Amino acid sequence: MTVPTAPSASTPAAALQGAAAGDRIFRALLTLAALAIPVLLGFLVYELVQGSELAIQRYGFRFLTTSTWDPVTDEFGALPLIFGTLLSSFLALLIAVPLSLGVAIFITEFAPSAIRRPIAFIVELLAAIPSVVYGLWGIFVLIPFLRTTVFTFLKGTFGFLPFFQGPVYGQSMLAAGIILAIMVMPYIMSVTREVLAVVPASQREAAMALGATRWEAAWTAVVPYARSGIVGAVILGLGRALGETMAVTMLIGNRHEIAASLFAPGYTMAAAIANEFSEASTDMHLAALSYVALVLFGVTVIVNALARVLIWRVSKGRQSGGAGL
Amino acid sequence: MTERIANSEQRTTGAIDVADFSFSYGPRQILNNVSFSMPSKAVTAIIGPSGCGKSTFLRSINRLNDLIPETKHAGDILVDGRSVYTRGIDLVALRLGVGMVFQRANPFPKTIYENVAYGPTLNRLVAPRDLPATVERCLKQAALWDEVKDRLDTPATGLSGGQQQRLCIARALANDPKVLLMDEPCSALDPIATQRVEELIVQLKASYTIVIVTHNMQQAARVSDVTGFFDRGELIEFGPTEQIFTAPSKERTEAYITGRFG
Ligand SMILES: Nc1ncnc2c1ncn2[C@@H]1O[C@H](COP(=O)(O)OP(=O)(O)OP(=O)(O)O)[C@@H](O)[C@H]1O
Ligand SMILES: [Mg+2]
Repeated sequence: MTVPTAPSASTPAAALQGAAAGDRIFRALLTLAALAIPVLLGFLVYELVQGSELAIQRYGFRFLTTSTWDPVTDEFGALPLIFGTLLSSFLALLIAVPLSLGVAIFITEFAPSAIRRPIAFIVELLAAIPSVVYGLWGIFVLIPFLRTTVFTFLKGTFGFLPFFQGPVYGQSMLAAGIILAIMVMPYIMSVTREVLAVVPASQREAAMALGATRWEAAWTAVVPYARSGIVGAVILGLGRALGETMAVTMLIGNRHEIAASLFAPGYTMAAAIANEFSEASTDMHLAALSYVALVLFGVTVIVNALARVLIWRVSKGRQSGGAGL
Repeated sequence: MTERIANSEQRTTGAIDVADFSFSYGPRQILNNVSFSMPSKAVTAIIGPSGCGKSTFLRSINRLNDLIPETKHAGDILVDGRSVYTRGIDLVALRLGVGMVFQRANPFPKTIYENVAYGPTLNRLVAPRDLPATVERCLKQAALWDEVKDRLDTPATGLSGGQQQRLCIARALANDPKVLLMDEPCSALDPIATQRVEELIVQLKASYTIVIVTHNMQQAARVSDVTGFFDRGELIEFGPTEQIFTAPSKERTEAYITGRFG
């Protein structure tokens, strides 16, 4: 420890001391605020574990691998919910990632500057629409549309695949995946757009000076430069998709089943919790729902941790550019 | 190798003619009615004070300034007698023929190998099995091979500034252009690497047209055949390097090269 020598003039020193006291208070406040978040998180996990104790004791990890969900006989297994959550989110990313990437690249690289802002604004506006409105729109517009066009097409053309077989009700895993895709697109698009926008012009110029077309420069120089930021954008979208409740429950069909066909109804963890919590009559049912919440929390944490690792691995190859995140 | 030499004899010469060329960023006129001719298979040095438009001029030749919105140009630049500003010109072909080394090193965040292989791969200039040999040749020409030969698959961004600069030279050479525009290619290099790059320039001029921007008067005097002196967007004087440096006809030129400028 080195002790700073006292300044000779007394007034500045006093001022400095005053500042130091202010600094200390400010620092204490910030530390408190920073600590509050982990503490809150701890409480949350504690509460969830408490609430699900009955179910944890009875099922242990078997809860994650069994598929019966029967409140009448008080028998619970969460595999269909986990499956439904992961599959619907996966479908959402499958559709949303290429679309958002395309839109983001178009906006930053190709669109005339006059229409860049309007397009970005409209896409970002999608994020402001309440979930339940998406749900209603899904029921009244999207599902009828999908049933008459997309689903029949898929069934007719790819009907030999197990994913596109069986009766078409409308409410289904695929419908949920599509609505989720629309809902996460604004997030992925706007973060991607931002990380692409900060890629230095010199990267694009280097590519073009080497004979790349605008498109090639965007795809081989600009996008790779921003890739860790883009991965971050996708993860953000995934986080949204995993936890989305209202629109999904309105479109997914809410059935505790695992089906190969994307036309079949399914269920997600978030949707099940929201739907069944108010009707749960037995302690075991409540505990099982609480356990599901704990699993959902765990899945989200794991996905985010994996994402960190992915971003770290992706950005290891260079020192610059990661700043986009 | 023999094939390449045969090719280089057939290929066009790469002379650059600048006719009354003016350029502006928005309302700011940067280049004013510049006219001169750069001979093929020779080294042209462009000298002039900072901000006088040297980089802008180089970037006008391969039309990289197109990327900047609200720029205007007047007059013309001809490479091999063909205007680079004609409507419908194939910009990819133009830039394959007119390579560029930027003022600030801008390697891709890819491996060293991928950086050099970028142009030939993208434009399918070299058969995949010949690619390693091309990369090696270009890195050798840019005096970088010995330093990086054991770590070609490591990120180029891990190289020092001077190494990155030479990597960018190698990357430009890999396209085998007929004109090479070099914007202060030695600004971050030590004397030894500078000498190697100067040797490279002298050696390349047998088959390439080279335009080099430099703030180093000795370097201009050493490597170039003709020199153009720019000041405030105007070409003040242009002529054989020897004449510019020993008997300049304009006072401003003399003041600049003797360091009494301002
Ligand atoms: N993208 C741009 N937009 C607007 N003005 C620019 C742009 N690039 C350069 N300029 C301006 O054009 C003028 C000439 O710039 P240029 O880079 O060509 O100078 P230079 O001769 O290469 O200087 P230096 O020796 O410092 O590299 C400068 O005044 C600069 O501010
Ligand atoms: Mg410059």
